[in-house]
Amino acid sequence: MTVTDYQKAAYVAGQAADARINFELEAEGMTLNMGPQHPATHGTLRIILRLDGEQVVWAEPVCGYMHRGYEKLCEVRDYAQVTTLINRIDWLGSFCNEVPFVLAAERLMGIEAPPRAQWIRTILFEMGRIANVGLFLGEMGAQLGALTPVFYAFRDREYVLNLIEGATGGRFHPNFDRIGGLKDDLPKGWIDEAKGAMRRLRDFCDEMDDLLVGNRIFQERTRGIGVIPLDVALEYGLSGANIRSSGLDWDLRRDGDHGLPYNELDWKVWTHPDGDSFARYWVRLQETREATKIVDQLLDGLPSGPIKAKTPARIRVPKGEVWLHTENPLGEMGYYVVSDGSPGGPFRCKIRTPSFSNVSISSWLLRGVYVPDVITILASLYFILGDIDR
Amino acid sequence: MSRLSSEADAPTEASGEELAPVDPTRQAVVDVLRDALGAEHVLDEVIEGNDVWVRVAPTVWREAANVARAALGMTYFCFLSAIDWKQNPELGGQKLWDPDADAGEGPSDGPGAWTTGKAGGDTRFQVVCRLYNVTTHVGLTLKADAGDDNPRIDSLVPLFRGADWHERETWEMYGIDFEGHPGLRHLYLPTEFEGYPLRKDFPLLAREVKPWPGLVNVEGLPGEEAGDTDESAEGGES
Repeated sequence: MTVTDYQKAAYVAGQAADARINFELEAEGMTLNMGPQHPATHGTLRIILRLDGEQVVWAEPVCGYMHRGYEKLCEVRDYAQVTTLINRIDWLGSFCNEVPFVLAAERLMGIEAPPRAQWIRTILFEMGRIANVGLFLGEMGAQLGALTPVFYAFRDREYVLNLIEGATGGRFHPNFDRIGGLKDDLPKGWIDEAKGAMRRLRDFCDEMDDLLVGNRIFQERTRGIGVIPLDVALEYGLSGANIRSSGLDWDLRRDGDHGLPYNELDWKVWTHPDGDSFARYWVRLQETREATKIVDQLLDGLPSGPIKAKTPARIRVPKGEVWLHTENPLGEMGYYVVSDGSPGGPFRCKIRTPSFSNVSISSWLLRGVYVPDVITILASLYFILGDIDR
Repeated sequence: MSRLSSEADAPTEASGEELAPVDPTRQAVVDVLRDALGAEHVLDEVIEGNDVWVRVAPTVWREAANVARAALGMTYFCFLSAIDWKQNPELGGQKLWDPDADAGEGPSDGPGAWTTGKAGGDTRFQVVCRLYNVTTHVGLTLKADAGDDNPRIDSLVPLFRGADWHERETWEMYGIDFEGHPGLRHLYLPTEFEGYPLRKDFPLLAREVKPWPGLVNVEGLPGEEAGDTDESAEGGES
């Protein structure tokens, strides 16, 4: 059998093409787009990964697919209308977005909500935290291939969402906070129901303890993966559970200047010294359990009285500037509100969202890790796209 | 001591603040900055409540952040952004953008056309940065004037790597150039986007098509003067 010249040439060309591909893979690396529709991105975050074999040599997150321009829109709405917008920033714990803004406006106006309003705010705030972080506790398992926890999380999250709906009328976007207090008081029988739900959620945390934390596969896939040293975390402005799992004992619920009654309660700030993905999961699990205990104490000690301070029918915020931050489910959320004293809305409203800073570390953190660990690290950093893009 | 640069508010604000006791922790923050940077570079400061605002000269912007980080222990980088102090009555008060009225430069241009907030300001654009000490829980809002037409300021990325995204966002939203930034690229907007959306003269095109229906909410309620207190605020919120 003779080989024609054409066949020889085709063979050489094929070898050359293979060599070129191998060269690209080995020397230049391959570019892989993760997202914008990857389930690990909680929305639409695209991550460009430059790979050398299985290893990431360079990573760059690309955001903006969900940018809605809230900072501009805040300037053309009045204060009462802004809460509708900012509900949509972190859509899993919506009520938590309203509280710092309303507190900032109250501070500018020099009014303070009555104690009962502050306590109910704190109850709903912690319920928002449970609804948000509770989903993470299951979702993290789903990212690593364990599908059961996420169904448990969705099932038990319903108890909290039903309570939020019962009190506010909205499951996802309550829009319940008003400058000077709250829209309504709690409905009859709500407190007993809430206590039952908190018991149920503590059981859910125990289930997650059994299913994931005690699971050897889960531990092997998360321990030592994506370690963030504390000094780097501070430089990037990480906050919330992400920085507490790097060993820093800092929680704005206890240390912040916001006026919510956390310091009248008995609770604990959980930290973990490791700074890896496992530590981030573990801290969030403890925090969810702690949040149910905080809600229980708040329900027991709920003061009586009015739920709304006297405010003008037309909200007119005097000239001034204020910075107010709270510990939201994802980390430190704050509003830098500038008012020019006009009857309209804020002159400037800078929204400091936790996920923005938490994700900005990822190009540093993903360098050198293996592809399956990219998913682990992104899932454990825990961000929500509405919270990055605003 | 506190100052608001608006003439109308200044007398009442000043007399009210004189009586308030000075917060020693926040005063110490200002003193450290004044010692390290030189008194001529710390242009103004305001201590109010549990917070402190310091406006420094733009030439010492990075140095001020470095002093806050090294000498005051403010290692936590909270955020960096900017404010456009230009008054735009169409967007600010009335909340209705009238394309005819905005032809040309408009009435609100030129010196004195903008008011400034805490710690004053001399130019249209101002950069704001928030740093925080996670052990003593003392925060500081640093401000510096960035200029009028071609705003620029030093980048903080050499000090805080986290400033990267914040400066990219501020650059694309305000057009403020950060000198020393490793790569000012668009963060949210498409690469070919023109204009700086958060500037006060950037029109919100949705307003041109349809006036905001919520405009009715900023009008007075029937038979009521501004400043009347009312038990219920529901009327203004539906």
